Amino acid sequence: MSDSQESQRTILELRDITKVYQLGGEEIRALDGVSMKISEGEFMSIIGPSGSGKSTLMHILGCLDSPTSGTLNLDGQAIQNATPRQLANIRNRKIGFVFQFFNLLPKLNVLQNVELPMIYSGISARERQERCMNALKMVQLADRRKHRPAELSGGQQQRVAIARALVNNPRIIFADEPTGNLDSHTGELILDLFHNLHAEGRTLVLVTHDPTIAAITPRRIEIRDGKIATNVDRRLAGIEK
Amino acid sequence: MNLWNTIATGFREILAHKFRSLLTMLGIILGVSSLVAMSATVKGMENGLKEALEEAGGLRAIRIEYEDDLPLRQRHLADQATGITMHDVYALQQSAPLARRITPLIEMWGFRRGALARFGGRRTRPYKFAGTWPDVLTIEQHELAYGRMFNAFDDEEARSVCVIGTDVRDDLFGSPEKLGREEIPIGKTITVNSQPLTIIGMFRHYESESFKKRKEALAKENEALIAAGKEPRNPRMRDEFIFRLKNSSIYIPLNTMLLKFRTAVHARAGADAQLTTLKMEIDDAKQLEPALQQARNVLMFTHKGIEDFAFRTREDDAGEITTSISDARRSGGIIAAISLIVGGIGIMNIMLASISERVREIGLRKAVGATTADVFVQILVESTVIAILGGLLGLLTSFGLIQLIENLTPESNAPMLTATPMIIAFACSVTIGVLAGLFPAIKASRLHPIQALRYS
Repeated sequence: MSDSQESQRTILELRDITKVYQLGGEEIRALDGVSMKISEGEFMSIIGPSGSGKSTLMHILGCLDSPTSGTLNLDGQAIQNATPRQLANIRNRKIGFVFQFFNLLPKLNVLQNVELPMIYSGISARERQERCMNALKMVQLADRRKHRPAELSGGQQQRVAIARALVNNPRIIFADEPTGNLDSHTGELILDLFHNLHAEGRTLVLVTHDPTIAAITPRRIEIRDGKIATNVDRRLAGIEK
Repeated sequence: MNLWNTIATGFREILAHKFRSLLTMLGIILGVSSLVAMSATVKGMENGLKEALEEAGGLRAIRIEYEDDLPLRQRHLADQATGITMHDVYALQQSAPLARRITPLIEMWGFRRGALARFGGRRTRPYKFAGTWPDVLTIEQHELAYGRMFNAFDDEEARSVCVIGTDVRDDLFGSPEKLGREEIPIGKTITVNSQPLTIIGMFRHYESESFKKRKEALAKENEALIAAGKEPRNPRMRDEFIFRLKNSSIYIPLNTMLLKFRTAVHARAGADAQLTTLKMEIDDAKQLEPALQQARNVLMFTHKGIEDFAFRTREDDAGEITTSISDARRSGGIIAAISLIVGGIGIMNIMLASISERVREIGLRKAVGATTADVFVQILVESTVIAILGGLLGLLTSFGLIQLIENLTPESNAPMLTATPMIIAFACSVTIGVLAGLFPAIKASRLHPIQALRYS
């Protein structure tokens, strides 16, 4: 068991991360000394009530924001002091995002939406087309590639967003309340999709306030007041497998 | 992100808001078209004025006229003022080497006191009836189309001959348009103030380039109208005055004027015969000043120091033309520049509105890997594309605008489209598009992805 643990490479490591906001002269500690590791192929959830700092944590993990102090290591590269340009590049190549409100561009069709990350990584038009189709097949929406987002249901839109997150083959995918805007049945389908992705060996991080959703992931981290309150890995605890 | 994708994104954005983009472009369209139309109008004005100036003898012609308004200190000598006489002509010929083709003229002008020409039952009053020397042909830039100019013998013997312009022919014998053929009245004898004069020559028909073009256009239009079985149009068209003046004149030898029309011109024959005008020419426009000084010295001598004469040159006119043209160009340019700036402000305004509408989009683009520079270029390209399209549409509009102006201005000043203002106007519109996009682009590129994604 310890052998298999060591064989799993750590792709994201946080050490003593703090994030401090200045709000009207008042100092708000959104994150206060958070340390954690995410290994390759892991499926985990970050859970916490609103205002707990879980979104801030996800933003820092997702390189959307920089920490006030602490070190952040992605794929063997220290990035706490990266420039905005480097961060944009990392987001583009190593990270995929799925948002609660899908955030598809309404004026672009499905194909163009999925294509978006690759446009910023300078991939040729033919390869873009091919990889888009692969990603859309994975979410079973290849036949809707010419539709506008407004012509799709919420679940379909979220699947397009997942295809977009997958298309650049990121090292890690973050999903921020991916089912928060969907009915429970559609939400389950989306979660099934995440399970499939996990089974393919992708690294996934779900951010949610809903314990029932968090319950499906092997590992759970609970954030309270900017600190990690519990860090449960069911595999290690022997609850599962 | 390569530039081509960025430009395609900009176009897509514009096509997604066709009406809004058109309204945004309107300022640039108006600016560009007014700039182009303005310079075409001024160019047309300049051409018309220059053509008229050239037709009147150009810069090398000098006219000396009798001036009855003496300087104050010489008012008491008014009764001794002789006016311009043949004495002056001979003296200038002897003593003013810079002046050439010194030509005396006795002119009868205008309608009421002017000459009355008759042939058969028809009559006309030419603008100008003048007795002069053959050199007038060169000095007033006339060209004979038919027959010959009167010569020194005709003058010496005071023969009853005349040379006429085409308008005189039109009035007395019928115009080619009405007759369907060109009447050449050489050898016919007309009367002017009851004195018989035989026509020995006729000038060519003078008209400005733009008037000619207009006439041809009208003829074509009428042909089409007749073919369609409709009444041809017959609008009243008049050329620039100088061309009409030249067409409506009758010239006779100086001595014929002095002998046959003595009472009419109050003239004495002989060396002290009074002239209305004296014309001369210089070889080089640069020698105008010394030539005038020379002629003045001679005339001051023959007029016993009394300044009852005045020099008229085209240089004053030319100077006036230059200043009025540059004034027109400047004021038109300022107006066009203001509307271009207003157009630029319009673009900036719309771009700012469009950015606050697209905060989420910009946030998402940044989240999936767009750099600050990518967003900056995208917004800048959008505003530049709007300005370029506006500039192109403005150039198209300017053609229509020029057509409109052409119908409103006199024929000889028809606007003339040149490439330079079109290039300048287009370059200005592109520059303005880039400048107007700069601030919105900076603003958009500085958006933080998190703030942008949270925005709703």
